Amino acid sequence: MIPSNFEYFAPKSVPEALSLLNKYQEDVKVLAGGHSLLPQMKLRLAAPKYVVDIGRIPGLAYIKEADGKISIGALTTHYALESSALLKQKCPLLSETAAAIGDVQVRNRGTIGGSLVHADPAADWPAAVLALNAELKVIGKSGERTIKAEDFFVEMMTTAIQPTELLTEIRIPQLPARTGSTYLKMHQKASGFAIVGVAARVTLDANQVCQEVSIGITGVTSKAYRAKSVEAELRGKKLDSAAIKQAAQKATDGIEALADLHASSEYRSHLSRVYTRRALEAALSRVK
Amino acid sequence: MPGRVHVIAIINGEKREFLCEPLQTLLEVLRDELKLTGTKEGCSNGNCGACSVVLDGLLVDSCLVLGVEVEGRSLVTIEGLMGSDGLHPLQKAFLENAALQCGICTPGFIMAAKALLDKKPRATEAEVRQWCAGNLCRCTGYDKIVRAILAAEKSM
Repeated sequence: MIPSNFEYFAPKSVPEALSLLNKYQEDVKVLAGGHSLLPQMKLRLAAPKYVVDIGRIPGLAYIKEADGKISIGALTTHYALESSALLKQKCPLLSETAAAIGDVQVRNRGTIGGSLVHADPAADWPAAVLALNAELKVIGKSGERTIKAEDFFVEMMTTAIQPTELLTEIRIPQLPARTGSTYLKMHQKASGFAIVGVAARVTLDANQVCQEVSIGITGVTSKAYRAKSVEAELRGKKLDSAAIKQAAQKATDGIEALADLHASSEYRSHLSRVYTRRALEAALSRVK
Repeated sequence: MPGRVHVIAIINGEKREFLCEPLQTLLEVLRDELKLTGTKEGCSNGNCGACSVVLDGLLVDSCLVLGVEVEGRSLVTIEGLMGSDGLHPLQKAFLENAALQCGICTPGFIMAAKALLDKKPRATEAEVRQWCAGNLCRCTGYDKIVRAILAAEKSM
């Protein structure tokens, strides 16, 4: 497995990287951790003429908190996210999602930004950023813009980011008090990818009534999505097992579940409902 | 066509220089350019862990790292494990516990085990099994590998 030949650049700054992206447009691919891009190139699913390695740009790997918001640099590895004490305390959904990815070798090298931009329909991060209402900061030559997670995933392997833009940061809004969350996944045994992955977070008021709920589902269709029918059914309701069970039936409303050799469409839909119910119950049990 | 790139890295404690094409993986550089053939090629796509090496203290699949990416970095391969007093305890334990058959996965497993024991010298059996999820073996059924790692732990 040998990729087709390419010219390699290792810019030292974001502006330098952007000018390369601008120069080579559709012929260029950005290399972060390389754990999505290099397999694609080896399988010849991608054959960029130019590769821009952003791994030499300082200051793109960090996890920090300011004014309640958590900011994560795009080059932060899954391992760094998995082992971050800040996230375990402030946003355990992210540490849990990171720990569910691939294996040690993959987590040590793969990055959150790379995974998001790659937008594999069975990747874990898309579900988590959807459930957390994350904002993705991208920089292009004409400046910076912010894309909501919900608007980021366009189609299979396609995001709202332009070839001339770079994802630099993932921002997680502050989670209110009395919030619980989890990421649950049925993984494909060999690859670790999600057959179904559900990220759920619920926020209750003092009377156990659901103030806010968001559910991101990955692995089921061509892109990760928000289970809006489930959310709508639960918002404003007192959350208990019966309510959750009923609402989870809508996990694939309006969605055409994919079929492949690992799971039929019916099985995927069924798993989506089961994992949505389990994820919501786990999230509920974690509300403090 | 793109030319070869000059790279300097610390490999097994020694400063090494090499030329590589951008498309060459670290695995290819180790085996073909530096003749460090202890690191094996399995799936070549990040699934099997046969090519595992330790890069800047972290276990990685060398088939999914480009040679050019290790400029200025430090890595340890299976060749770097043997000390002046002979085989590393993990290597000895693999031999004593017959933890290999065809041997292709062995260097990767030993590097994975080393990365684990460096981090957690008293890992439990469950932790060993969990940690080694990224390393595949098609011969042993894993049990002897796990036993070897646990035996090495005791001897270290």
